[in-house]
Amino acid sequence: MLINFVGILFDGIAYGSLLFLIGIGLSVTMGLMNFINLAHGAFAMLGGYVCVAVMTRFGLPFLATLPIAFIVTALAGAILERTLYQRLYQASHLDQVLFSIGLTFMAIAAATYFWGPGQQPIQLPDFLRGQVRVLGLDLGAYRLFLVALVIVITMALVWLVAHTRFGAQLRAAVDNQQAAAGMGIHVNKVFALTFALGSGLAGLGGALGIDVLGLDPTFPVKFMVYFLLVVTVGGAGSIKGTLMAALILGVFDVAGKYYVPEVGAFVIYASMVLLLIVFPSGLYGRRA
Amino acid sequence: MSVAAAGARTDDPGSRRLPDGRWHRMEIGFWLLPIAAFFLLPGFLVLGSQILIVALFALSLDLILGYAGIVSLGHAAFFGVGAYSAGLLVTHGWGEPLSGLVLAGAIAALVGYVVSFLVVRGEDLARLMVTLGIGLLLYEAANKAAFMTGGVDGLSGVVMWKLLGVFAFDLGGKVAFAYSLMVLFIVFVLMRRLVNSPFGLSLRGLREGGKRMPAIGSPVRSRQVVIFTIAAGVAGVAGGLLAQTTQFVGLEVFGFPRSAELLIMLVLGGAGRLYGALIGAALFMIAQEVLSGLNPVYWQFWIGLLLVVVVLSARGGVMGAAEALQASLRGKAI
Repeated sequence: MLINFVGILFDGIAYGSLLFLIGIGLSVTMGLMNFINLAHGAFAMLGGYVCVAVMTRFGLPFLATLPIAFIVTALAGAILERTLYQRLYQASHLDQVLFSIGLTFMAIAAATYFWGPGQQPIQLPDFLRGQVRVLGLDLGAYRLFLVALVIVITMALVWLVAHTRFGAQLRAAVDNQQAAAGMGIHVNKVFALTFALGSGLAGLGGALGIDVLGLDPTFPVKFMVYFLLVVTVGGAGSIKGTLMAALILGVFDVAGKYYVPEVGAFVIYASMVLLLIVFPSGLYGRRA
Repeated sequence: MSVAAAGARTDDPGSRRLPDGRWHRMEIGFWLLPIAAFFLLPGFLVLGSQILIVALFALSLDLILGYAGIVSLGHAAFFGVGAYSAGLLVTHGWGEPLSGLVLAGAIAALVGYVVSFLVVRGEDLARLMVTLGIGLLLYEAANKAAFMTGGVDGLSGVVMWKLLGVFAFDLGGKVAFAYSLMVLFIVFVLMRRLVNSPFGLSLRGLREGGKRMPAIGSPVRSRQVVIFTIAAGVAGVAGGLLAQTTQFVGLEVFGFPRSAELLIMLVLGGAGRLYGALIGAALFMIAQEVLSGLNPVYWQFWIGLLLVVVVLSARGGVMGAAEALQASLRGKAI
């Protein structure tokens, strides 16, 4: 029973770390640019499809596809940001929502056109399959790899934001855009770079998540709520908040599906509405 | 603020003078169109009644989004509640259409009243999330309560009694069309009266400058609760109509795509004008019928592209463009 519980907890953490990886970009776009981007899941989907396509067409190993997925989605994000997104930073939230729904629809249709409506299979390398015995517990090797990777990426992100020049500019722009621009920070450039980074991380998350979340053209809509939830519960623009929210959500979702399968997704949606009522600006939100 | 900006595109001349509630000649002509369709296009009445029902649904969203400036991503929740209420009433042995419709609207309004307190307290983002969450919650609830709703198989066996005890619902959709048209028109007249009333004006005030309204003594929260409840009720009536005329209720009445498409119709037609909702719904449904007949996947792509283009350039939708054209013509005449 206890072993079982630890196993579920671990699966939940692995799932949550994926949600964090994908959601962090959304959190930054919402916190920094105050932009509601419902199309964020489409970037994750793109990363997933890039991973599958590179693997099947060019026969590259799984691990080698990950940086490619990151770079391709980051580029796609940068291009879209410069051409379309930046026009809507000052627009109403309604316009942003409509625009990003439009993008999502187009992404779903394009994915169906190119890859068909079915689930995409993924061939993991041998050393990431099966179970690994750690401290008397059987843990999925792939999930262990996932958690480790996300820990490394999180630490890199924290370092980037806390200790680099770019991080300082980013924090300044989040705190007060106008003052930051007045101090000579190229806020637009910071926006574009951050957007690209966030999209790239989402793409990486999408590629890593094929084995856990699955990959088909409805991906952006199916998981939209989860990403939005991570961001709104965590408080937009906060790495710590997003991480906490993603882990809580991951554990609750996995545990809910395991212990009370008949209630299913109900747990998540109900907890989302409740959390939003109790914390309207997120667990670590600074905006009222 | 963002909410204010959402509706700030009402630079129509009509909103600058006080509404007088007089019927314009164009409006009468507009309402003659569906009547003409009833006699001239007997082969398209099934699609026609679908359009009328969706138009009613779009009107209900226009009340909260176009007039009061409340963004919702889960308006299908109330449509679904209405549809299931009307459907379940019939499967439990009461098949009288009109009373069923009133009940569907009342139950949806009740749900809307409860939900409204959660919705009005937040800002745009929280509102989006709460409405989205409630839509998904109800979807899951209907999915899991399969013993009552039929789950994914849907609720079938919704066999209606004769309308007014005289007209039986036929396969060609004649009665369904006339019934839907009458309901749409009656609700429209009531809503037209509502938005031209002082109450309707105060809603526009909320949309344009929510922070200033308390200063002139307008109770913001209670106004929002009232209009949200009314909109939910109208959405419920639309859902009930769908259940009664198609004699079936599927899970998709609660689906997120339905809420999203509704937003698209409203934006396409032009929000905050009532007629924009009607025109947007008609255009959307006809385009869907034609284009998705070719290929459903392409249809989704084009509607996405259209949405992006509308947001980036054609603000105010069809009605906004028509008004701009009218204004420029008038300017030339002077």
